Amino acid sequence: MTKSAQGSAEPRNLVRTADLPEPEMPGQQVSESAYRRLRHMVVLATATVSLLPLAITVVINYMQFHEALQAEAVDPMARLTLNTKRSLELFLSERRSALTFLVHDRPFAELCDRAALTRIISNLNRSLDVGAFVDLGVIDDDGAQLCYSGPYELEGRNYSDQDWFHEVARRGTYTSDVFLGFRNSPHIAIAIKHDRPDGGFYVLRATIDAEMLSEQILTAGLQPTDDVFLINREGILQSPSRHYGEILGQVPLPVPHYSPTVEVVELEDDRGRTIFMSSAHIHISPFILVQIKPAREAMGRWFSLRSELLAFLFVSAGLILAVILWGSGQLIRRMREADERRTALYHQVEYSNKLASIGRLAAGVAHEINNPLAIINEKAGLLLDLVTVGPETEHKLRLVTTVDSILRSVQRCKKVTHRLLGFARHMDVQNETIDLENLLREVLGFLEKEAEYRDLTVSFRVEDDLPTVVSDRGQLQQVFLNILNNAFAAVSEGGQIEIVLAREGVDNIAVTIADDGVGIPEAHLQQIFDPFFTTRPGAGTGLGLSITYGIVKKLGGTCRVESEVGRGTHFTIVLPISREG
Amino acid sequence: MDQLRLLFVDDEEELVSAVVERLELRGIDGVGATSGDEALHFLRESSFDVVVLDVKMPGIGGLEVLRTINRRHPEVKVILMTGHGSAKDNEIGRRLGAVAYLEKPVDLEDLLSTVDQALNPEGGGPDGR
Repeated sequence: MTKSAQGSAEPRNLVRTADLPEPEMPGQQVSESAYRRLRHMVVLATATVSLLPLAITVVINYMQFHEALQAEAVDPMARLTLNTKRSLELFLSERRSALTFLVHDRPFAELCDRAALTRIISNLNRSLDVGAFVDLGVIDDDGAQLCYSGPYELEGRNYSDQDWFHEVARRGTYTSDVFLGFRNSPHIAIAIKHDRPDGGFYVLRATIDAEMLSEQILTAGLQPTDDVFLINREGILQSPSRHYGEILGQVPLPVPHYSPTVEVVELEDDRGRTIFMSSAHIHISPFILVQIKPAREAMGRWFSLRSELLAFLFVSAGLILAVILWGSGQLIRRMREADERRTALYHQVEYSNKLASIGRLAAGVAHEINNPLAIINEKAGLLLDLVTVGPETEHKLRLVTTVDSILRSVQRCKKVTHRLLGFARHMDVQNETIDLENLLREVLGFLEKEAEYRDLTVSFRVEDDLPTVVSDRGQLQQVFLNILNNAFAAVSEGGQIEIVLAREGVDNIAVTIADDGVGIPEAHLQQIFDPFFTTRPGAGTGLGLSITYGIVKKLGGTCRVESEVGRGTHFTIVLPISREG
Repeated sequence: MDQLRLLFVDDEEELVSAVVERLELRGIDGVGATSGDEALHFLRESSFDVVVLDVKMPGIGGLEVLRTINRRHPEVKVILMTGHGSAKDNEIGRRLGAVAYLEKPVDLEDLLSTVDQALNPEGGGPDGR
């Protein structure tokens, strides 16, 4: 028969539902650490894509500015070094040319005449505008000074054991380092070798005061902290220096390698100062011109620009980071709220579905029971009819009372099944006219046994001529069942629950469910409508009131709660008399 | 008034037989049918004043039988009866012209008063809703 087939259909459905694979857990709460991880990732990714280009730009700017400003500082320095190098070279070559001219122009005999030498010196010193020679001497190929004119007593000296003599004999010309020599005063010597027709040679040697050389070094445009001087290839000072020692002292700086042009390097000196050193080798001499400029002076503009650049970098990086942190915080907060809303919604749907399933199951059971109940009812009725019309027997009265008792039991069963059916029937019906008092009494029917068992008193106070409301019966049943359940949980044995129905304003009806239970602490009152908030961990999902709140809002109503610890709680649901929309 | 002729249709044979016997004890000519087909057959064979119809039956359901009665025997009053009080069925039944709608288990006295009201609507009182 179809009926019995139908009866087994429900449980089979349930089994099938339970066998379904787990859904994707939309209702699962996302953990705190997951949000933290997500936030770290967002911050890291955003910071990388925004700070990296900034950092690259700043680094490029840094390098370009540094290069430009260094060039700006170094170029004039190199120019000055080059000019000084040229004038020094001119100075030395002028003097060498003069000597070369002499050895070619004058016969050896004249050069060996002291008076003639003295005249030549005075003429030369007159023609070369910056002064010329201190003395002049002629030395034969044995190294002996044949003739000498000058302020020192050097005639007859023998130079054959001196390096410079061998050098000039070998190469033809020679320009010496600064040295003290027999006269014990710093000077340089320029010597020219000339071959004689008899196969021998002689050397014309002139000396120049080292001071004269120093004067050739251009000092115009030099700052007090700058320095310019000459050194030889061993690093011995050939002219006085402002900061690196006296003449003939060892300069505490590395000797520049040979280069045909001006070289500028940045290095740290013996006092720990960062300096620019520009250097140039002086042609046909052992001299190296060195110019020193402290980097601090040269790069003054660079240092201030660098500070500005770094300040810009840090300020903008700070701002960007602050915005990223703030933004990601907001983003994650919103996400979290959305997740929570979604979870709550999911639970609400799940809850409603569960309720609907229970409703359907209850309806199925009730329906199945109603049929045999109808048979019992009719058979018992028939029995009663037969006994009533039949002859008087000694058991007649007992039979009648027994059948009556059966019929009363059937009536009780009928009440139960009808209540179940009533509950299920309104599961998906929307917007009907509802008498709130009836609805509340219907819901209370479910809690009747508990009330009786715990000796609870539930009383009604209903305003006269209270209008019906247009609303969703099933949803309202859920709302009131939930609040009544909470009220039942709050009161102790023998507790009182009062349900007050009254108009609120013109368009609303307020349903207040007041209990004299434990009450809700003020700190919890703000949170009781929040999803997952519960004061009885383990006893529920903490979703009941949040779902209630959601339903009431959906129905166009409002919820409010007043409570005092130890005195009880008043839950008020305000519903519009007619639903709009 | 002639003897009242009532056709009681339900797929539970036990219920049908008990009701028919109880009707007879009350002097009502009760006929039982355990399916829609059987009910329509009886309706073709003889005439009835009232048909009490279970909505949910295997084969031809109560509402289907009701439509056929409306077409072929418009003078017959129909009272619907169901084990689950679906508001939708009630609504459809009323639109199809059922005079009343009862929820199982039906008390016989209630049924008879509903029948009485269906046959004598001008007799006053509630219309059996």
